[in-house]
Amino acid sequence: MIAAHLPVLQIVVPLVAAPFCLLLRRGTWAWILSSIVCLAALVIAATLLSQVLESGPISYELGGWAPPWGIEYRVDVLNAFLLLIVSATGAIVLPYARRSVAHEIPESQHGGFYTALLLCFTGLLGVAITGDAFNLFVFLEISSLSSYVLIAMGRDRRALTAAFQYLVMGTIGATFIVIGIGLLYMATGTLNMADLGARLPAVGANRTVLAAFAFLTVGATLKLALFPLHFWLPNAYAYAPSVVTAFLAATATKVSIYILLRFFFTIFGPTFAAEDITLQRLVVPLAVIAVLVCSTVAIFQSNVKRMLAYSSIAQIGYMMIGIGFDTVTGLTAGIVHLFNHAATKGGLFLALGCVVLRIGSCQLDDLAGLGRRMPLTMFSFVLGGLSLIGVPLTAGFVSKWYLVQAAIEQDNWLVAVAILVGSLLAIIYVWRVVEVAYLRPAPEGTPAGGIEAPWSMLVPTWILIGASIYFGIETSLNVGVASAAARFLLGVAG
Amino acid sequence: MIASFSPGLILIVGGLLIPLFRGRARQLFMLALPVLGAAQLLGLSNGLHGQIEIFDYTLTFVRADRLSFVFGLIFLIASFYNTIYSLHENDTMQQVAAPIYAGAAIGAVYAGDLITLFIFWEITAVSSVFLIWARRTAKAYAVGMRYLIIQVGSGVILLAGIILRTQETGSIAFEHIGTTDLAGWLILIAFGIKAAFPFLHNWLQDAYPEATVTGTVVLSAFTTKLAVYVLARGFAGTELLIYVGAVMTAFPVFFAVIENDLRRVLAFSLNNQVGFMVAGIGVGTSLALNGAVAHAFVHIIYKSLLFMSMGAVLHRVGTIKASELGGLYRSMPITTVFCIIGAASITAFPLFSGYIAKSLTLSATAEGGYVVAWLILVFASAGVLEHSGIKIPYFAFFAHDSGKRCQEAPGNMLIAMAIAAFLSVAIGVYPDMLYAILPFPVDYQPYTVSHVLSQLQLLLFAMLAFAILVRTGLYPKEIPSTNLNTDWIYRKALPVLLLWLGNAVEAMRRGAAARAQRRLERFILQVYRHHGPAGIMARTWQTGHTVLWVALLLGAYLLVYFL
Repeated sequence: MIAAHLPVLQIVVPLVAAPFCLLLRRGTWAWILSSIVCLAALVIAATLLSQVLESGPISYELGGWAPPWGIEYRVDVLNAFLLLIVSATGAIVLPYARRSVAHEIPESQHGGFYTALLLCFTGLLGVAITGDAFNLFVFLEISSLSSYVLIAMGRDRRALTAAFQYLVMGTIGATFIVIGIGLLYMATGTLNMADLGARLPAVGANRTVLAAFAFLTVGATLKLALFPLHFWLPNAYAYAPSVVTAFLAATATKVSIYILLRFFFTIFGPTFAAEDITLQRLVVPLAVIAVLVCSTVAIFQSNVKRMLAYSSIAQIGYMMIGIGFDTVTGLTAGIVHLFNHAATKGGLFLALGCVVLRIGSCQLDDLAGLGRRMPLTMFSFVLGGLSLIGVPLTAGFVSKWYLVQAAIEQDNWLVAVAILVGSLLAIIYVWRVVEVAYLRPAPEGTPAGGIEAPWSMLVPTWILIGASIYFGIETSLNVGVASAAARFLLGVAG
Repeated sequence: MIASFSPGLILIVGGLLIPLFRGRARQLFMLALPVLGAAQLLGLSNGLHGQIEIFDYTLTFVRADRLSFVFGLIFLIASFYNTIYSLHENDTMQQVAAPIYAGAAIGAVYAGDLITLFIFWEITAVSSVFLIWARRTAKAYAVGMRYLIIQVGSGVILLAGIILRTQETGSIAFEHIGTTDLAGWLILIAFGIKAAFPFLHNWLQDAYPEATVTGTVVLSAFTTKLAVYVLARGFAGTELLIYVGAVMTAFPVFFAVIENDLRRVLAFSLNNQVGFMVAGIGVGTSLALNGAVAHAFVHIIYKSLLFMSMGAVLHRVGTIKASELGGLYRSMPITTVFCIIGAASITAFPLFSGYIAKSLTLSATAEGGYVVAWLILVFASAGVLEHSGIKIPYFAFFAHDSGKRCQEAPGNMLIAMAIAAFLSVAIGVYPDMLYAILPFPVDYQPYTVSHVLSQLQLLLFAMLAFAILVRTGLYPKEIPSTNLNTDWIYRKALPVLLLWLGNAVEAMRRGAAARAQRRLERFILQVYRHHGPAGIMARTWQTGHTVLWVALLLGAYLLVYFL
């Protein structure tokens, strides 16, 4: 009985729980409630994924209204994977949140914080699960508005301006998406995405459809921070509370990439395959520039959180390179990297949150000698860094391996070289942290003895870092599902 | 198959466990690692073991055959006496790094596929740099950094080659590669960096002499010989390598004579020795490959012996500059004897280990009809006598008395040197011990009258010349000349020219390096201007500007789609 309603429970449970967090007022209770909710969401997502892998896409009619008139929740391999990423990140980050939030956010705002976090969580899950284009926009706005609130809660006063800039840019992005959806509705008279995909080929690539495509492309690339529309991201990540940064870095941009995939391949795919409009010449060059420029910028950053933010933009570049190739290998690489990077970067930001908890700063110079004082935290950072570089036996290597394969498959040597150069740049920016933490002595007058982070924060950090190692060795889950999703998107059998 | 994992793994895992032990227990544990590794090595039956499925590919951690056996064995022997040599040290960083480095080298030797090779390749790079940093000076840090960048760079090139090759052949097997395509060239360059091919060699003389006393000994054994192994595996019979090897044997001679730091002299001579092996691989016949492998085997032992004796001097006296040493035979008689045994081995005196290996390569080169290469190799053999055979022991232990008095080397160092010296002599006297384990059946008799006589002729004339020069006071003090034996082979004028040439090349190299550095600095400054915190790429933009970008991109996309 319940099993049949899992798709809607995935959304309804956190949505209903969110206002309760506000009512509970006391931070601890709100934290317990949201932890339970996230855990429940993870169980639901895992069940959905295994169902989809077993018996194909699941369609759920909301309120009993049959699609395409009613809203449909449609779970296939791709978004089941996304649901898993988002809910797993939520379930791992929340146990971590209690100490970190207690340290970084005033007691009186705790209820509001968990409310916003759950709403954001709901929104991201909703974007992933819905099969209705307009519904997607609604959930996107839910997640975006709550993330503006979350970012603005950062201790640094610059968090306010960062959140404001993100608000302006995010709203423009969402508006573009809704304009695109509106134009599509005008052309086809339907909002159901599967239905859109079926009807568009009959309409053909007329001006309205092309304009819709352009608006959707720009809107989505703005939300996912593809160069040069990434300028909102570094500040937002750098000044947000640690928990929020880790959560958003692992989920928000990934969900935006999902939106792009959905629009490109499910809706426009069949039409444009016939009309010979390729992504390659538009997206790939920008993505390559993102990799090179933002990795270089990351090298010169003095704030480690900001450095990781720039590294995120570069990593998004890798994903977009894979997606832009428009082949099974390329898409597999992009989707695998989406997963691997969520684990790696989430873990790195969590490790950084531990540092902030203990020394109150994430300026590079303040990390001196931390390798001895916080051995577990810094070692997790090193491992995460290795995955970011793409050292063999880490998840990062797996994604880059597929990505380079995809580039070579297309004889695109420049891109293959750019990917390797990006890895070299990553070595440099990761090394700067390692060097300061391990080889530079702690400043004079620092009390001796360890200041390791509490277990409640170390364990989630290590789960994510461990995942970024584990999925570099045992790749059946990430690569298996990603290649299934890639074949599904391209409509290739097998 | 639990039982058939790579012997290297024992050293790597064991190395990581070393910090758990203290004092005597730690020493015993460190000594046990190579012994356990050897037990594992001897227990492996030939064939493929330890295969792991990993995303579409089968990684083969153990490929046991005769070639990997020889290298695995000598790496373990080296690791064993290196451990003894460094027992007096109590530096956890080195104690952990050394077995991991050795284990990674053994793991690479046993790697049955290119990806496994790449993994261990990178572990050797990363673990070995700590032996340099362990000296804990600012200079050692900078040198280590340069070393690391080059080593990791070699790994990146290797990876690029591997990916290309996999793409073309669909297989990650590590078999003969050859230089038929770009992938082969990339892999060859990666190997060449580790083997210190000419123009790719600077890291070696840069880094090795800056490592710790014990670190240099460890470093000298593994990296370049690992490269010899992979070359033998992947590029046997590539004719280019004959000439590369010949150049490698010859050019370090010029640098070695003008060098004052005796450990750096040995680093140059290391280069020269690897040249012999590379040339042997290039010839590629079974005799030549046997020669290269045998040479690698004995070379590890006697080169370690020389580095150990110089390390003992550095340990006791605190300097290793030729100009500040001399007369130490009074203080360190046993070390002197060991050093002379090492010198006799490297100069290929009959009854010492170098002789039975080098003659294989030389004979194979001659049989193959590579006259020019053969001549260069002979010249280089004579050069070896000068810079390693005579210069090292003469300036350290004899020459003019520096007046320095010190203790004999510590007991553990002496034991380690004794083991290496014993092996050098034993292999020299009973070559069949070594010949029996070479990859191909050996049908070669080193101790025939003509072989021994021609070698002795070369060596004795060179020594006679040396004696005469010293007696008559013609032997220059500051610049020991290259040409003790060239009276016999070359005209007198040539040495002067060579010396001048060596200096000129060195000056040019320095000039080019300085220019390159200036250019690099300017480039980084330029990058910083745009990408640094205040650069246009990293500034926090005003919202309005960003929105402008959005509009521009929308326009661009519309334009592209509509056209």
